[in-house]
Amino acid sequence: MTALEASGVDQGSAVDAKASAAGPRPMTPVTNHKRRDTIRKWGEITLFVGPALVLFLTFVVYPVVSAARYSFYKWNGVSQFSDAQYIGFENYARALFGGTDPDLKQAFTTQYSQPFWDALGHNFAIIGLSMVVQLPLALLIALTLNRKFPGRSSVRVIMFAPYVLSEVIAGVMWLIIFDPNGIATDFMHSIGLNPPAGGWLEDQTWAFWVVFFVITWKYIGLAIILFLAGLSGVPEDLQEAASIDGASWWQIQWRINIPLIGPTIRIWAFLSIIGSIQLFDMVWVLNQGGTTGQYSTIATYMMQIGFFRSDWGYGSAIAVIMFFISFVIAIAYMLVVLRNDNTDRVRKAR
Amino acid sequence: MTNLRRAGALTALLASTALVLTACSSDPEPSTEPTSGATGGTESEAPNAEPVTLTWWHNGVAGDNGENSLGDYWDKVAADYTAEHPNVTINIEQIQNEDLQRTRIPTALQSGDAPDIFQQWGGGEMAAQADAGYLMDLSESNAEDVTKLGGAVAPWQVGDKTYGLPFQFAVEGVWYRPSLFEQAGITAVPTTMGELDDAVQKLKDADIIPIAVGAGDKWPAAHWWYNFALRSCSQEALNAGTGSFDFSDPCWVDAGEQLQAMIDTEPFQDQFTSTVAQTGATSSAGLVATGKAAMELMGQWNYFVYEGFTDGTDEGKAALHEDLDWFPMPATTGGAGDPTAALGGGDGFSCYVDAPPECADFLSYIVSDDVQAGFAEAVGGMPVAPAAASSIESPVLSKLSSVAGDAGYVQLWLDTAFGPNVGGAMNDGIVAMFAGQGSSQDIVDAMTAAAATS
Repeated sequence: MTALEASGVDQGSAVDAKASAAGPRPMTPVTNHKRRDTIRKWGEITLFVGPALVLFLTFVVYPVVSAARYSFYKWNGVSQFSDAQYIGFENYARALFGGTDPDLKQAFTTQYSQPFWDALGHNFAIIGLSMVVQLPLALLIALTLNRKFPGRSSVRVIMFAPYVLSEVIAGVMWLIIFDPNGIATDFMHSIGLNPPAGGWLEDQTWAFWVVFFVITWKYIGLAIILFLAGLSGVPEDLQEAASIDGASWWQIQWRINIPLIGPTIRIWAFLSIIGSIQLFDMVWVLNQGGTTGQYSTIATYMMQIGFFRSDWGYGSAIAVIMFFISFVIAIAYMLVVLRNDNTDRVRKAR
Repeated sequence: MTNLRRAGALTALLASTALVLTACSSDPEPSTEPTSGATGGTESEAPNAEPVTLTWWHNGVAGDNGENSLGDYWDKVAADYTAEHPNVTINIEQIQNEDLQRTRIPTALQSGDAPDIFQQWGGGEMAAQADAGYLMDLSESNAEDVTKLGGAVAPWQVGDKTYGLPFQFAVEGVWYRPSLFEQAGITAVPTTMGELDDAVQKLKDADIIPIAVGAGDKWPAAHWWYNFALRSCSQEALNAGTGSFDFSDPCWVDAGEQLQAMIDTEPFQDQFTSTVAQTGATSSAGLVATGKAAMELMGQWNYFVYEGFTDGTDEGKAALHEDLDWFPMPATTGGAGDPTAALGGGDGFSCYVDAPPECADFLSYIVSDDVQAGFAEAVGGMPVAPAAASSIESPVLSKLSSVAGDAGYVQLWLDTAFGPNVGGAMNDGIVAMFAGQGSSQDIVDAMTAAAATS
């Protein structure tokens, strides 16, 4: 074994080091070498990225571009697209403010614009409620579970279980629980109360809150696990030092743990916001956003109108609006909120 | 080591690529090879005729209990036909109803690689497909069949052309449990809305749910409105609606007023907007089948949906059949509609425009008297061919069949007639009224607005 090997330095780099120490090499071999490297590099890129890129272009980029194209047409999805009528931004106008035709403005406002804004309002209400309700709740549970106590891992598993369940299975389970004659109704009767008059998932006042409860139950596990992972990265010496200095448990959490998992919380908030805008599966399983759209989201609204009413141009316009909102929020969040976290990381890496 | 790992990754990559490729190529082979010998509708019985393959998409899929009487019957029909026509091969694909109607058929038609013969529900949706040039004109090739089947073919016609043939057609009405009527002291079935209101009150007094409705699925609730519209609107007004989306006749608003009056008598079960139509014991069909609710407005298919709630034995079904009866929608006071008109719908098949002529011939075979009689016997269906009507075994289904025969005219389900856009807006508007969120004018406004977008 040579000294080089023993020192753990890689043979190749040692050779390179020798070469550079020996001064510049003749031109030709280097160019050959470089060309071979380039070909090899592009070969590898093509081989490894190519299939994924083809799939991405076919199943993501192409549909997005197609949707953008459809959104400018009046098209029922049955006739040939070549026969569809080009109507410019009329589909967008119909969704946003009832269209530009004065004769139809009133009807379109109540029939199309209002449900659109209602659905969008539900999305933003869910974003807001996630920050106000899910965040504190998840933090509290994560901080509690971060302490050592018997049965801790079992509790962690139970907390995370809903997140692992498939949306459809979980949705059907809650459908059974909230059935007009289900156990939720029985429970309310047993404590002498009446369930919501219109039904758990249909009542004009309560349905949205019931669905928010189900969503919270479903997705809070992710927040807890993320926060626990963040907390495990907080050095224990800090907490020990603080408690030696006489800090209470609560002070340790508030002044050390929570600030130190800030980046994790911000990433969760980002995922939660994007998830809330795209919320679909659970709401769809729980009767497609409600028979009168009590808890419709922009995605279920798109599905209802675009797909089930065969109003493909309008549905595509909704899809593009949804894409645009997600995109703007994602970019803005990256630039404003996550920028510090990223630059911190870059600085540390240097 | 590195090489090994690379080789592994490469293998994995190749394997997944292969999987993707197989997935892409798993579609059944296109089978629209044109044949030169046969002309529209004529049989090519020569044993050396050119081989033809027909692909057939229908909605006969296995139910919860694994039985698939309809799918099995179509298999038999295809086998019988190909035995007589050795040059024809029929490839069948059984697809769940909503997947078939909403996803598979529209996409297949768009792609230009559609099945030769496929399920067709008629009405506005079929008219749109015909306008786009997807459907084979059967007017000449199946002229005899059209004459034989009579008025029931109307929903499968656009103008004077026929684009599909029905194999099943039935009217709807109110299913009820005679034992519960007896328990509540109701002696005769209601024939007017006034009598229905009385019956509702008597059932409520006896602590029985008068009427079950699966408003969570929207269309079962909407069918009440359709029936009121049928009684309020003259046939001309209905035709103006279905033909040119003209809802200016006040009868459309009147239908909503009558429905509102009915909802106000609170005849339905609790939380009806949370109730689905067919799944589970708490569905509207489940409530009737388990004897918790007395009535339900539904089509002939509910006879079999109710059977699904029995233990499946012949005794269980017989017990249900003994205590299950049917009456037509009660008459309303006033209204320009024909009091004997009935609302109905059915199932049929269309041929793709590029399908070989054998398709039209096979369609003719499907609606032939023998196949129709077998359909009634083996599946319990409601055949369209008049000669097959006597094959309906169940007395209550025979009653349905005779009501359809005596009806002044039969109006196709309004949502099917209007097509998904206007029909969907109508159903949503009606359910909003059920949920206490919309007026009778709102329903008509929703339909008018949707009509402006299509």
